[in-house]
Amino acid sequence: MISLTSPIETRAHRWPAGLKLGLLCLVTFGLFFVDSVLFHGVFLVFVVALYALPGMRFFKNGWKHLKILWPFVFIVVAWHLFTDELPLGLTVAFRMISAVGLANLVTMTTRLSDMIDVVHWLTRPLQRLGFNPRVLELAIALVIRMTPVLVSKGQSLTLAWRARSNRRSGWRIILPFTVLALDDADHVAEALKARGGLTNQERK
Amino acid sequence: MEKNIAYIALFAALIAALGLIPKITLGFGVPITAQSLGIMLCGTILGAKRGALAVLLLLLLVAIGLPLLAGGRGGLGLFFGVTGGFLIGWPISAYVTGLIVEKWRSGSITLVSVVASIVGGIFVMYLFGIVGMAIVLEKTFLESAALMTAFIPGDIIKAIIAGLLTAAIAKARPASLLSRQAKATS
Repeated sequence: MISLTSPIETRAHRWPAGLKLGLLCLVTFGLFFVDSVLFHGVFLVFVVALYALPGMRFFKNGWKHLKILWPFVFIVVAWHLFTDELPLGLTVAFRMISAVGLANLVTMTTRLSDMIDVVHWLTRPLQRLGFNPRVLELAIALVIRMTPVLVSKGQSLTLAWRARSNRRSGWRIILPFTVLALDDADHVAEALKARGGLTNQERK
Repeated sequence: MEKNIAYIALFAALIAALGLIPKITLGFGVPITAQSLGIMLCGTILGAKRGALAVLLLLLLVAIGLPLLAGGRGGLGLFFGVTGGFLIGWPISAYVTGLIVEKWRSGSITLVSVVASIVGGIFVMYLFGIVGMAIVLEKTFLESAALMTAFIPGDIIKAIIAGLLTAAIAKARPASLLSRQAKATS
Protein backbone atom coordinates (compact mmCIF):
# COMPACT_ATOMS: atom_id res chain seq x y z
CA MET A 1 0.00 0.00 0.00
CA ILE A 2 1.23 3.46 -0.89
CA SER A 3 1.39 5.87 2.00
CA LEU A 4 0.77 9.57 1.53
CA THR A 5 4.37 10.46 2.35
CA SER A 6 5.87 12.51 -0.44
CA PRO A 7 8.62 10.72 -2.36
CA ILE A 8 10.31 14.07 -2.86
CA GLU A 9 12.87 14.23 -0.09
CA THR A 10 12.63 17.46 1.91
CA ARG A 11 14.65 18.67 4.85
CA ALA A 12 11.61 18.06 7.07
CA HIS A 13 11.73 14.32 6.26
CA ARG A 14 14.69 14.07 8.61
CA TRP A 15 13.14 15.94 11.53
CA PRO A 16 11.87 13.74 14.37
CA ALA A 17 8.24 12.79 13.75
CA GLY A 18 7.27 13.41 17.37
CA LEU A 19 8.58 16.97 17.18
CA LYS A 20 6.61 17.66 13.99
CA LEU A 21 3.41 16.26 15.49
CA GLY A 22 3.86 18.18 18.73
CA LEU A 23 4.51 21.45 16.88
CA LEU A 24 1.48 20.83 14.68
CA CYS A 25 -0.78 20.44 17.71
CA LEU A 26 0.62 23.55 19.40
CA VAL A 27 0.42 25.76 16.31
CA THR A 28 -3.10 24.62 15.37
CA PHE A 29 -4.29 25.13 18.92
CA GLY A 30 -2.72 28.60 18.89
CA LEU A 31 -4.40 29.55 15.60
CA PHE A 32 -7.79 29.38 17.30
CA PHE A 33 -6.81 32.12 19.77
CA VAL A 34 -6.01 34.75 17.15
CA ASP A 35 -8.84 36.64 15.49
CA SER A 36 -6.99 39.08 13.27
CA VAL A 37 -7.67 38.55 9.59
CA LEU A 38 -4.30 40.12 8.72
CA PHE A 39 -2.43 37.60 10.89
CA HIS A 40 -4.25 34.66 9.32
CA GLY A 41 -3.63 36.02 5.83
CA VAL A 42 0.11 36.36 6.49
CA PHE A 43 0.21 32.93 8.14
CA LEU A 44 -1.49 31.36 5.12
CA VAL A 45 1.14 32.92 2.84
CA PHE A 46 3.77 31.37 5.12
CA VAL A 47 2.12 27.93 4.82
CA VAL A 48 1.92 28.26 1.04
CA ALA A 49 5.61 29.23 1.03
CA LEU A 50 6.42 26.04 2.98
CA TYR A 51 4.69 24.03 0.27
CA ALA A 52 6.58 25.90 -2.44
CA LEU A 53 10.05 25.46 -0.88
CA PRO A 54 10.69 21.83 -1.98
CA GLY A 55 9.83 22.68 -5.58
CA MET A 56 6.99 22.63 -8.07
CA ARG A 57 6.18 18.92 -7.98
CA PHE A 58 5.82 18.88 -4.21
CA PHE A 59 3.66 22.00 -4.37
CA LYS A 60 1.30 20.48 -6.93
CA ASN A 61 1.05 17.25 -4.98
CA GLY A 62 0.20 19.12 -1.80
CA TRP A 63 -2.35 21.21 -3.66
CA LYS A 64 -4.18 18.05 -4.69
CA HIS A 65 -4.63 17.01 -1.04
CA LEU A 66 -6.17 20.35 -0.14
CA LYS A 67 -8.79 20.27 -2.89
CA ILE A 68 -11.41 18.83 -0.53
CA LEU A 69 -11.41 22.17 1.27
CA TRP A 70 -12.71 24.35 -1.56
CA PRO A 71 -16.44 23.61 -1.15
CA PHE A 72 -16.17 24.57 2.53
CA VAL A 73 -14.16 27.70 1.76
CA PHE A 74 -16.83 28.65 -0.75
CA ILE A 75 -19.68 28.08 1.74
CA VAL A 76 -17.93 30.03 4.50
CA VAL A 77 -17.10 33.02 2.32
CA ALA A 78 -20.54 33.07 0.66
CA TRP A 79 -22.25 32.82 4.06
CA HIS A 80 -20.30 35.77 5.45
CA LEU A 81 -20.81 37.85 2.34
CA PHE A 82 -24.51 37.30 2.93
CA THR A 83 -24.34 38.29 6.62
CA ASP A 84 -21.99 41.19 5.77
CA GLU A 85 -19.10 39.95 7.95
CA LEU A 86 -16.50 39.27 5.29
CA PRO A 87 -13.42 39.74 7.57
CA LEU A 88 -14.73 37.03 9.91
CA GLY A 89 -15.41 34.76 6.94
CA LEU A 90 -11.89 35.26 5.61
CA THR A 91 -10.42 34.63 9.07
CA VAL A 92 -12.28 31.33 9.33
CA ALA A 93 -11.38 30.30 5.79
CA PHE A 94 -7.68 31.25 6.09
CA ARG A 95 -7.36 29.48 9.43
CA MET A 96 -9.02 26.35 8.08
CA ILE A 97 -6.70 26.19 5.05
CA SER A 98 -3.61 26.84 7.22
CA ALA A 99 -4.53 24.20 9.81
CA VAL A 100 -5.34 21.50 7.27
CA GLY A 101 -2.37 22.56 5.14
CA LEU A 102 0.08 22.23 8.02
CA ALA A 103 -1.31 18.86 9.10
CA ASN A 104 -1.07 17.63 5.53
CA LEU A 105 2.50 18.89 5.38
CA VAL A 106 3.41 16.73 8.38
CA THR A 107 1.81 13.72 6.66
CA MET A 108 3.71 14.44 3.45
CA THR A 109 7.09 14.74 5.16
CA THR A 110 6.89 11.86 7.65
CA ARG A 111 7.57 8.26 6.72
CA LEU A 112 5.14 5.53 7.78
CA SER A 113 7.83 3.80 9.83
CA ASP A 114 8.55 7.02 11.76
CA MET A 115 4.84 7.46 12.43
CA ILE A 116 4.57 3.89 13.72
CA ASP A 117 7.50 4.61 16.07
CA VAL A 118 5.54 7.57 17.46
CA VAL A 119 2.48 5.36 17.94
CA HIS A 120 4.68 2.87 19.74
CA TRP A 121 6.01 5.61 22.01
CA LEU A 122 2.52 6.96 22.68
CA THR A 123 1.19 3.55 23.72
CA ARG A 124 4.06 2.94 26.16
CA PRO A 125 2.15 4.20 29.21
CA LEU A 126 -0.63 1.74 28.29
CA GLN A 127 1.76 -1.18 28.54
CA ARG A 128 1.84 -0.78 32.29
CA LEU A 129 -1.91 -1.34 32.26
CA GLY A 130 -1.38 -4.68 30.55
CA PHE A 131 -1.72 -3.52 26.95
CA ASN A 132 0.30 -5.65 24.57
CA PRO A 133 1.93 -3.43 21.91
CA ARG A 134 2.55 -6.44 19.65
CA VAL A 135 -1.19 -6.91 19.36
CA LEU A 136 -1.53 -3.37 18.00
CA GLU A 137 1.39 -3.89 15.61
CA LEU A 138 -0.13 -7.13 14.37
CA ALA A 139 -3.50 -5.43 13.88
CA ILE A 140 -1.89 -2.59 11.89
CA ALA A 141 -0.08 -5.08 9.69
CA LEU A 142 -3.28 -7.08 9.16
CA VAL A 143 -5.24 -4.03 8.00
CA ILE A 144 -2.46 -2.97 5.62
CA ARG A 145 -2.31 -6.50 4.22
CA MET A 146 -6.05 -7.20 4.04
CA THR A 147 -7.38 -3.93 2.62
CA PRO A 148 -6.04 -4.58 -0.91
CA VAL A 149 -7.24 -8.19 -0.64
CA LEU A 150 -10.77 -7.06 0.23
CA VAL A 151 -10.73 -4.37 -2.47
CA SER A 152 -9.88 -6.94 -5.13
CA LYS A 153 -12.57 -9.29 -3.80
CA GLY A 154 -15.05 -6.42 -3.94
CA GLN A 155 -14.07 -5.73 -7.53
CA SER A 156 -14.56 -9.38 -8.52
CA LEU A 157 -17.98 -9.33 -6.86
CA THR A 158 -18.95 -6.24 -8.85
CA LEU A 159 -17.71 -7.88 -12.06
CA ALA A 160 -19.62 -11.07 -11.27
CA TRP A 161 -22.77 -9.03 -10.76
CA ARG A 162 -22.27 -7.17 -14.03
CA ALA A 163 -21.82 -10.42 -15.92
CA ARG A 164 -25.29 -11.51 -14.81
CA SER A 165 -27.31 -8.32 -14.76
CA ASN A 166 -27.52 -5.11 -16.71
CA ARG A 167 -28.69 -3.25 -13.63
CA ARG A 168 -26.35 -1.82 -11.07
CA SER A 169 -25.64 -3.89 -7.99
CA GLY A 170 -26.33 -1.05 -5.55
CA TRP A 171 -26.09 -1.75 -1.86
CA ARG A 172 -26.89 -5.46 -2.23
CA ILE A 173 -23.27 -6.15 -3.09
CA ILE A 174 -22.30 -5.22 0.48
CA LEU A 175 -23.88 -8.39 1.90
CA PRO A 176 -21.66 -10.94 0.11
CA PHE A 177 -18.79 -8.52 0.56
CA THR A 178 -19.22 -8.44 4.34
CA VAL A 179 -19.69 -12.22 4.47
CA LEU A 180 -16.39 -12.64 2.58
CA ALA A 181 -14.66 -10.36 5.08
CA LEU A 182 -16.12 -12.30 8.02
CA ASP A 183 -14.91 -15.59 6.52
CA ASP A 184 -11.47 -14.10 5.99
CA ALA A 185 -11.49 -12.97 9.62
CA ASP A 186 -12.25 -16.55 10.73
CA HIS A 187 -9.43 -17.91 8.57
CA VAL A 188 -6.96 -15.32 9.84
CA ALA A 189 -7.95 -16.09 13.44
CA GLU A 190 -7.39 -19.82 12.87
CA ALA A 191 -4.08 -19.18 11.14
CA LEU A 192 -2.90 -17.02 14.04
CA LYS A 193 -3.89 -19.68 16.52
CA ALA A 194 -2.20 -22.40 14.50
CA ARG A 195 1.03 -20.40 14.59
CA GLY A 196 1.06 -20.23 18.36
CA GLY A 197 -1.40 -17.44 18.90
CA LEU A 198 -0.94 -14.12 20.61
CA THR A 199 -0.88 -15.29 24.21
CA ASN A 200 2.40 -17.08 23.57
CA GLN A 201 4.11 -13.93 22.44
CA GLU A 202 3.15 -12.14 25.62
CA ARG A 203 5.39 -14.32 27.75
CA LYS A 204 8.51 -13.81 25.68
CA MET B 1 -8.10 -13.28 21.56
CA GLU B 2 -7.02 -14.20 18.03
CA LYS B 3 -10.62 -14.05 16.86
CA ASN B 4 -11.08 -10.60 18.35
CA ILE B 5 -7.93 -9.22 16.70
CA ALA B 6 -8.79 -10.79 13.36
CA TYR B 7 -12.36 -9.44 13.41
CA ILE B 8 -11.25 -5.96 14.49
CA ALA B 9 -8.54 -5.78 11.83
CA LEU B 10 -10.75 -7.23 9.09
CA PHE B 11 -13.54 -4.79 9.84
CA ALA B 12 -11.12 -1.87 9.73
CA ALA B 13 -10.01 -3.20 6.35
CA LEU B 14 -13.64 -3.66 5.30
CA ILE B 15 -14.50 -0.02 6.02
CA ALA B 16 -11.43 1.04 4.05
CA ALA B 17 -12.37 -1.25 1.16
CA LEU B 18 -15.95 0.07 1.17
CA GLY B 19 -14.50 3.51 0.48
CA LEU B 20 -12.37 2.27 -2.40
CA ILE B 21 -14.79 0.11 -4.37
CA PRO B 22 -16.77 2.01 -7.01
CA LYS B 23 -19.33 4.36 -5.56
CA ILE B 24 -22.64 2.73 -4.71
CA THR B 25 -25.67 4.53 -6.08
CA LEU B 26 -29.11 4.07 -4.63
CA GLY B 27 -32.11 3.53 -6.88
CA PHE B 28 -32.99 7.19 -7.19
CA GLY B 29 -29.51 8.42 -7.94
CA VAL B 30 -28.28 9.37 -4.47
CA PRO B 31 -24.67 8.31 -4.15
CA ILE B 32 -23.90 7.03 -0.68
CA THR B 33 -20.50 6.85 0.91
CA ALA B 34 -20.51 3.27 2.03
CA GLN B 35 -17.99 4.04 4.74
CA SER B 36 -20.50 5.43 7.22
CA LEU B 37 -22.56 2.33 6.48
CA GLY B 38 -19.43 0.38 7.44
CA ILE B 39 -19.30 2.22 10.77
CA MET B 40 -22.90 1.23 11.50
CA LEU B 41 -22.17 -2.41 10.58
CA CYS B 42 -19.10 -2.36 12.82
CA GLY B 43 -21.37 -1.62 15.75
CA THR B 44 -24.25 -3.92 14.85
CA ILE B 45 -22.05 -6.91 14.01
CA LEU B 46 -19.00 -6.59 16.29
CA GLY B 47 -20.75 -5.00 19.25
CA ALA B 48 -19.73 -1.95 21.26
CA LYS B 49 -16.13 -2.57 22.30
CA ARG B 50 -14.82 -4.39 19.27
CA GLY B 51 -16.75 -2.13 16.90
CA ALA B 52 -15.21 0.99 18.42
CA LEU B 53 -11.73 -0.59 18.41
CA ALA B 54 -12.04 -1.47 14.71
CA VAL B 55 -12.94 2.14 13.88
CA LEU B 56 -10.11 3.45 16.11
CA LEU B 57 -7.65 1.17 14.35
CA LEU B 58 -8.76 2.50 10.97
CA LEU B 59 -8.48 6.11 12.14
CA LEU B 60 -5.00 5.43 13.55
CA LEU B 61 -3.87 4.18 10.16
CA VAL B 62 -5.46 7.20 8.45
CA ALA B 63 -3.72 9.53 10.91
CA ILE B 64 -0.29 8.02 10.27
CA GLY B 65 -0.76 8.69 6.57
CA LEU B 66 -2.44 5.79 4.81
CA PRO B 67 -5.04 6.74 2.17
CA LEU B 68 -7.85 4.58 3.55
CA LEU B 69 -10.84 6.93 3.57
CA ALA B 70 -13.33 7.31 0.70
CA GLY B 71 -11.63 8.36 -2.52
CA GLY B 72 -8.14 7.52 -1.26
CA ARG B 73 -8.01 10.25 1.35
CA GLY B 74 -5.89 10.12 4.44
CA GLY B 75 -3.40 11.98 6.54
CA LEU B 76 -3.58 14.28 9.49
CA GLY B 77 -5.24 17.11 7.56
CA LEU B 78 -8.60 15.36 7.73
CA PHE B 79 -8.63 15.62 11.51
CA PHE B 80 -8.00 19.35 11.49
CA GLY B 81 -10.59 20.29 8.88
CA VAL B 82 -14.33 20.80 8.90
CA THR B 83 -15.00 17.07 8.95
CA GLY B 84 -12.67 16.40 11.89
CA GLY B 85 -15.54 16.24 14.35
CA PHE B 86 -17.16 13.45 12.37
CA LEU B 87 -13.97 11.39 12.43
CA ILE B 88 -13.66 11.84 16.19
CA GLY B 89 -17.30 10.82 16.53
CA TRP B 90 -16.87 7.63 14.47
CA PRO B 91 -15.60 5.31 17.24
CA ILE B 92 -18.17 6.60 19.72
CA SER B 93 -20.82 6.19 17.06
CA ALA B 94 -19.84 2.54 16.54
CA TYR B 95 -19.73 2.03 20.31
CA VAL B 96 -23.24 3.37 20.91
CA THR B 97 -24.63 1.41 17.95
CA GLY B 98 -23.05 -1.77 19.28
CA LEU B 99 -24.17 -1.14 22.83
CA ILE B 100 -27.81 -0.85 21.78
CA VAL B 101 -27.65 -4.12 19.81
CA GLU B 102 -25.95 -5.85 22.76
CA LYS B 103 -28.41 -4.67 25.39
CA TRP B 104 -31.71 -4.75 23.51
CA ARG B 105 -32.16 -8.45 22.84
CA SER B 106 -35.91 -8.84 22.75
CA GLY B 107 -36.69 -7.14 19.43
CA SER B 108 -36.09 -8.49 15.93
CA ILE B 109 -32.47 -8.03 14.87
CA THR B 110 -33.54 -5.96 11.85
CA LEU B 111 -35.53 -3.46 13.90
CA VAL B 112 -32.94 -3.27 16.68
CA SER B 113 -30.12 -2.71 14.18
CA VAL B 114 -32.03 0.03 12.34
CA VAL B 115 -32.78 1.85 15.59
CA ALA B 116 -29.21 1.35 16.85
CA SER B 117 -27.82 2.68 13.55
CA ILE B 118 -30.06 5.74 13.72
CA VAL B 119 -29.12 6.54 17.31
CA GLY B 120 -25.42 5.69 17.01
CA GLY B 121 -24.69 6.24 13.34
CA ILE B 122 -26.74 9.37 12.85
CA PHE B 123 -27.54 11.05 16.18
CA VAL B 124 -24.18 10.52 17.91
CA MET B 125 -22.13 11.04 14.76
CA TYR B 126 -23.93 14.29 13.86
CA LEU B 127 -23.54 15.53 17.43
CA PHE B 128 -19.75 15.26 17.20
CA GLY B 129 -19.62 16.35 13.58
CA ILE B 130 -21.71 19.45 14.16
CA VAL B 131 -19.72 20.48 17.23
CA GLY B 132 -16.54 20.09 15.15
CA MET B 133 -18.00 22.20 12.36
CA ALA B 134 -19.17 24.83 14.82
CA ILE B 135 -15.62 25.15 16.19
CA VAL B 136 -13.81 25.26 12.86
CA LEU B 137 -16.35 27.49 11.08
CA GLU B 138 -17.09 29.68 14.12
CA LYS B 139 -20.82 29.16 13.75
CA THR B 140 -23.39 28.39 16.40
CA PHE B 141 -24.47 24.79 16.91
CA LEU B 142 -27.81 25.39 15.16
CA GLU B 143 -26.26 27.13 12.15
CA SER B 144 -23.85 24.23 11.67
CA ALA B 145 -26.68 21.75 12.11
CA ALA B 146 -28.58 23.52 9.34
CA LEU B 147 -25.70 22.78 6.94
CA MET B 148 -26.08 19.07 7.65
CA THR B 149 -29.85 18.65 7.22
CA ALA B 150 -29.40 17.79 3.53
CA PHE B 151 -27.60 14.58 4.48
CA ILE B 152 -30.16 13.24 6.95
CA PRO B 153 -32.49 11.46 4.47
CA GLY B 154 -29.55 9.60 2.90
CA ASP B 155 -28.28 8.57 6.30
CA ILE B 156 -31.68 7.25 7.37
CA ILE B 157 -31.72 5.08 4.26
CA LYS B 158 -28.23 3.88 5.21
CA ALA B 159 -29.43 2.97 8.71
CA ILE B 160 -32.27 0.91 7.22
CA ILE B 161 -29.81 -0.83 4.88
CA ALA B 162 -27.50 -1.49 7.83
CA GLY B 163 -30.41 -3.17 9.62
CA LEU B 164 -31.32 -5.34 6.64
CA LEU B 165 -27.69 -6.33 6.11
CA THR B 166 -27.22 -7.20 9.78
CA ALA B 167 -30.29 -9.43 9.71
CA ALA B 168 -29.04 -11.13 6.54
CA ILE B 169 -25.60 -11.68 8.08
CA ALA B 170 -27.20 -13.04 11.25
CA LYS B 171 -28.75 -15.67 9.00
CA ALA B 172 -25.73 -16.34 6.80
CA ARG B 173 -23.05 -16.35 9.52
CA PRO B 174 -24.75 -16.57 12.92
CA ALA B 175 -21.44 -17.31 14.66
CA SER B 176 -19.95 -14.08 13.33
CA LEU B 177 -22.55 -11.82 14.91
CA LEU B 178 -20.36 -11.07 17.90
CA SER B 179 -22.74 -8.41 19.23
CA ARG B 180 -25.31 -11.11 20.04
CA GLN B 181 -23.04 -13.88 21.31
CA ALA B 182 -23.99 -15.11 24.77
CA LYS B 183 -20.74 -13.99 26.39
CA ALA B 184 -17.85 -12.72 24.37
CA THR B 185 -14.83 -14.99 24.47
CA SER B 186 -11.97 -12.61 24.89
